[in-house]
Amino acid sequence: MRHQRKVKKLSRTSSHRQAMLNNMVTSLFASRMIKTTESKAKELRRIADRLVRTAKKDTLAARRLVARSVKDRAVLKKLFTEIAPQFKSKPSGFTRVVKMGYRRGDSAMMAVVELLTEKPKIEKDAGKKKGSKKKEKEVAAAEGKSKKEKSASAE
Amino acid sequence: MPLPKRRHSHTRGRKRRTHWKLTAPNVMECAHCHQPKLPHHICPHCGYYKGIQITTPKEA
Ligand SMILES: [Zn+2]
Repeated sequence: MRHQRKVKKLSRTSSHRQAMLNNMVTSLFASRMIKTTESKAKELRRIADRLVRTAKKDTLAARRLVARSVKDRAVLKKLFTEIAPQFKSKPSGFTRVVKMGYRRGDSAMMAVVELLTEKPKIEKDAGKKKGSKKKEKEVAAAEGKSKKEKSASAE
Repeated sequence: MPLPKRRHSHTRGRKRRTHWKLTAPNVMECAHCHQPKLPHHICPHCGYYKGIQITTPKEA
């Protein structure tokens, strides 16, 4: 029985929804943090957490399973080599969703979905290790995330 | 088709609408920059939530 196994439909057909979530999860892994509506954010974290959990197995089978959702090969590689190893000691809770106010236009509640990996920036506040930060910053910059670029150059 | 049978006074409609009320948003003070913000939200002024910076606001 599928009691209580509810999924938000997000006003889309199942193929549209699946494609959108696949794209969103790919951008989340590529850029560590994405801004979206709260409903999409809450659905996305379920997908993202599941993919990270699978990726932690680091087998060929796992890689193929994840590749069904993450179509970008570079991002897939990043997930297995950079993101998943950082969650070795964690059983779950790889993402964080925080609300950030209403969008002008349709008053939709917006939220930030964040992968809880090492931050590529803001060293002074978090005081964390520097290890993979530079690489992540370059990836983020390559993705054309102007917001991140701006904050990175400001520091 | 339903049609109104009787004239409907201004007062009648206005009395019904006395129950339409706006509620003030529950604004609280940001622990980091002391500007007003909504609870359980990233602060729009400084980008902090629960002591960690999550976003960088545009002017900052
Ligand atoms: Zn603040």
